[in-house]
Amino acid sequence: MNIFSLFGRKTTAPVARERLQILLSHERTTNCNADLIALLQKEVLAALAKHIDVDPSKVQIKMERREDVSLLEIDVEIPTPKADRKPASQPAKVTVRTTRRAGQAA
Amino acid sequence: MAEVMVVTSGKGGVGKTTSTAALGAALAQAGQNVAVVDFDVGLRNLDLVMGAERRVVYDLINVANGEARLSQALIRDRRIDTLHLLPASQTRDKDALTEEGVKRVIDELRERFDWVICDSPAGIERGAQLAMRYADLAVVIANPEVSSVRDSDRIIGLLDAKTMRAENGETMEKHLLLTRYDAQRAGRGEMLSVEDVLEILSIPLLGIIPESEEVLRASNVGSPVTLNNAQSAPARAYMDAAKRLCGEDVPMIIPSHKKGLLDRLFARRAA
Repeated sequence: MNIFSLFGRKTTAPVARERLQILLSHERTTNCNADLIALLQKEVLAALAKHIDVDPSKVQIKMERREDVSLLEIDVEIPTPKADRKPASQPAKVTVRTTRRAGQAA
Repeated sequence: MAEVMVVTSGKGGVGKTTSTAALGAALAQAGQNVAVVDFDVGLRNLDLVMGAERRVVYDLINVANGEARLSQALIRDRRIDTLHLLPASQTRDKDALTEEGVKRVIDELRERFDWVICDSPAGIERGAQLAMRYADLAVVIANPEVSSVRDSDRIIGLLDAKTMRAENGETMEKHLLLTRYDAQRAGRGEMLSVEDVLEILSIPLLGIIPESEEVLRASNVGSPVTLNNAQSAPARAYMDAAKRLCGEDVPMIIPSHKKGLLDRLFARRAA
């Protein structure tokens, strides 16, 4: 090691700090969203069950983070009553889409 | 009114047990009535670090399940009268601990002590969540190292979500204890500095424990570091942290083993 390598040596702590800041800003929102989605799933199901007979596995809740807004997608598949069903009909599908501004508390 | 304090970190090996023993002993040395409780069921070690491994008869699970009275399970320290240990079970499964059982034990400890210090197991699962469940405040242990800081951040999230205080809408008091800190390396930019860690975790600082050979020396002989060599750098740092817990305003300096000019310079700069 010569004097130049001693002075030219890069410090590593700033790298550690930057990596942590990026990682944690991401992890804090995903951990938070996971809890929120589980809660929404439960409450949406409970609300639906009061009025319609839905299969819990047919209620999908997704949250997608984009630059300016987050997209919350609630997908509910409701079976068509047997009496009215025509031969090739698909189950009715209700999709609710709502957006919220990025940075808004989850 | 007793304070129930959990010592937690997420990551293993960062100094939870060492810090539980050292803070417990420091508070007891200051005249407080202290119980340290090992929650690491199946992997107990607080007894060994405190030098009480051959005196364990009953444990936390026995008391929680009503198989023994609290007074039968508590081990009084031979060096300080006001320091007591409630060991974990070494043979039982961690699922043997129930939330109701833990609540009963903590409630009973609250009546008898000024401080109840819960040594959490590593991880974020059931054992760690039970250790923090009934706490009034938390000491989060972190090393100035990326994986430890990340896990501490996760634990802070759990403290704000899964504790009784959080569920009751109260704020959970959290303090950072930075362990294995090397002020010189941080000064040279080779280690995350105190400021870096504080900025990332954004919880108040309780103390900075310098990296020291004294910690291993103390655990070798089964003595909390504040008892084994009260003059050593880590012991002084733990004693300062204990004073801050009691509400004293102690300036934040990093005790150092050498009194050289360089040490002082770096310690000042990092603090």
